[in-house]
Amino acid sequence: MKEMIDELVKSRELLLIITWKDIKIRYKQSIMGFMWAVLMPMLIVAAGVVVKVAISFVSGKPLQLADVASISVKALPWSFFISAIRFATNSLTGNSNLITKIYFPREVFPLAAVLANLLDFAVASAALTVVLAFSGIGVSLQLLWLPFLVLMLLMFTAGTSLFLACSNLFFRDVKYLVEVFLTFAIFFTPVFYDVSTFGKWAPILLINPVGVFLEAINAVVVLHHGPDLAWLGYACGCSVVSFFVGWTIFHRLEFLFAEKI
Amino acid sequence: MSDIALEFDGVWKKFKQGEGHDSLRDLIPALCKKALGGNRDELDKKEFWALHDVSFQVKRGEALGIIGPNGSGKSTSLKILSGILRPNKGKMQVNGRMSALIEVGAGFHPDLTGRENIYLNGAILGMKRDEISRRLEEIIDFSGISQFIDTPVKRYSSGMYARLGFAIAAHVDPEILLVDEVLSVGDYTFQAKCIKKMEEILANGTTVIFISHNMEAVASLCNKGLLLVHGKVRSEGDPALVINDYYMVGGAWSPQSVTSGKLEITSKRITSAEGDATSIEQGDEVLVELGVVAREDCEVAPGLFLTSGGKVVFDTTYGAMHGEVLRLAKGERVDIGWRFAANLPKGVFSLGLHLEESVNHFHYYNASELVFNVRQSKKYVGDFFLDHALDVHPHFA
Repeated sequence: MKEMIDELVKSRELLLIITWKDIKIRYKQSIMGFMWAVLMPMLIVAAGVVVKVAISFVSGKPLQLADVASISVKALPWSFFISAIRFATNSLTGNSNLITKIYFPREVFPLAAVLANLLDFAVASAALTVVLAFSGIGVSLQLLWLPFLVLMLLMFTAGTSLFLACSNLFFRDVKYLVEVFLTFAIFFTPVFYDVSTFGKWAPILLINPVGVFLEAINAVVVLHHGPDLAWLGYACGCSVVSFFVGWTIFHRLEFLFAEKI
Repeated sequence: MSDIALEFDGVWKKFKQGEGHDSLRDLIPALCKKALGGNRDELDKKEFWALHDVSFQVKRGEALGIIGPNGSGKSTSLKILSGILRPNKGKMQVNGRMSALIEVGAGFHPDLTGRENIYLNGAILGMKRDEISRRLEEIIDFSGISQFIDTPVKRYSSGMYARLGFAIAAHVDPEILLVDEVLSVGDYTFQAKCIKKMEEILANGTTVIFISHNMEAVASLCNKGLLLVHGKVRSEGDPALVINDYYMVGGAWSPQSVTSGKLEITSKRITSAEGDATSIEQGDEVLVELGVVAREDCEVAPGLFLTSGGKVVFDTTYGAMHGEVLRLAKGERVDIGWRFAANLPKGVFSLGLHLEESVNHFHYYNASELVFNVRQSKKYVGDFFLDHALDVHPHFA
């Protein structure tokens, strides 16, 4: 474990340069440039609003501003999570020429993919902050939770990415599975709705740690109350475990990469 | 710190032939078949050794040239040394900061500009960011493509691509440098520049492992050679000798040595003015002596030939030697001597001898009695000594 961390610390400059490359090439020869970072979450928010409006017609309850704010606040981290996973899954196979020719810790590929998407997340969050400031949603001390929640989501994303990138190297159908899974995951993750809607079935939805993080972020940003500590503890446990297990599996199999790719 | 920079100790590496299972769709049926006790997967049998018990050592500051036919395991060795592959058996040790150049521009991204790629590739090769910034001008200068440095590399010609790739790699400054066939890039002037840079790197005390099919470069840069054939070490040592061996493996010489029952070679001696005949200066006199005993009555025409780079560069024909046919009676013992001035270009030569009864009917034939390296003469420059006369006398009008 110590050796793994040492190696990664040594290649931090490489990690930053590969992240920078990933960001740079994504926006090369594109007209919209960084607007893309905002577009994807905007689409998710738009879809969520449509769903909410439909529900409000059926239930007869009018759509509230707080609902739209909740969807926006959850859509951003969700968009970060799915694009990071999608990008990271292909990060090793997409760099096969480097993997078979030059040696350096291969962790940098999936991690750089996650970091590159983190930048998009940051850009989109900045835009959302401006919008929320004008919407009168207000602020509270609970916002101090936010950095911790994002860090935990980041850890979970990184762990999952390491595992998926490495599985996809051995079995190329992993990327199709991931694609299908991520497309439908929005239905069983509380992005467009709150888990409380499900009453006593809510815990089933919270088994998914991403759901817990989204709920917690919504709680501290929009609802101004603290997150559910028991569930948050569980989700943080998942993050830490997934990060170290994902990384260890990746590290153990790393020596086979050049041969099996 | 030990003076061994690199060590390979009995390294074996196994590869599979054919396609592996790289999707679950293929793997799951294959596993079921296995579980049901069906005939075992054919892939298991299709293994081969890419490296077969390979051992060698490289001391600090040495330059080792690895040569061999395609598919002999040269690049596999480099990949094991650089840590990309792990051997199946055996040990490998590296002492020092290493940089491997397996292919020029391997890490280039086509959409990034030349300058951006210098940062990316430099980092991949193990340079720090400020180190790259410091040497940026030097690298661009060396590549000779400063005009296009802010153009995406996808618009580069392959020569420009290779120039930039080599320029970056040459400025990494590692303690150990692994180089795989990268000198064969660029035009003539750039190749010369690359060789010069390599010499500089060596002069700085860097240990270099060099893989190439350019024998001239291996002979001039390396002080040790290693010939790999089918994953096994075939020969090791003086690069000149190893290179000659490589040409022999090339298959130009199927009859390496033949002795018919009619003759027996009793002694063999090759000497030069300096004593050691394996390394001589252009124009040095070489003396070859062969002691022969005739087992039966026979007639032979003695002949001498030289090969270099897999080609015969000199051979006496039977016709030419016909006048000097030796008639030997049974039991007769003679010493045959050849004397020649090594008026030859620099390089490695293999000296062969043959005793011919009639055209292509040999009683004795050996293509490599001696392999020797010809050094540049101090008396003249050029490939051979032009026998000329100087004539000066007073001019009376």
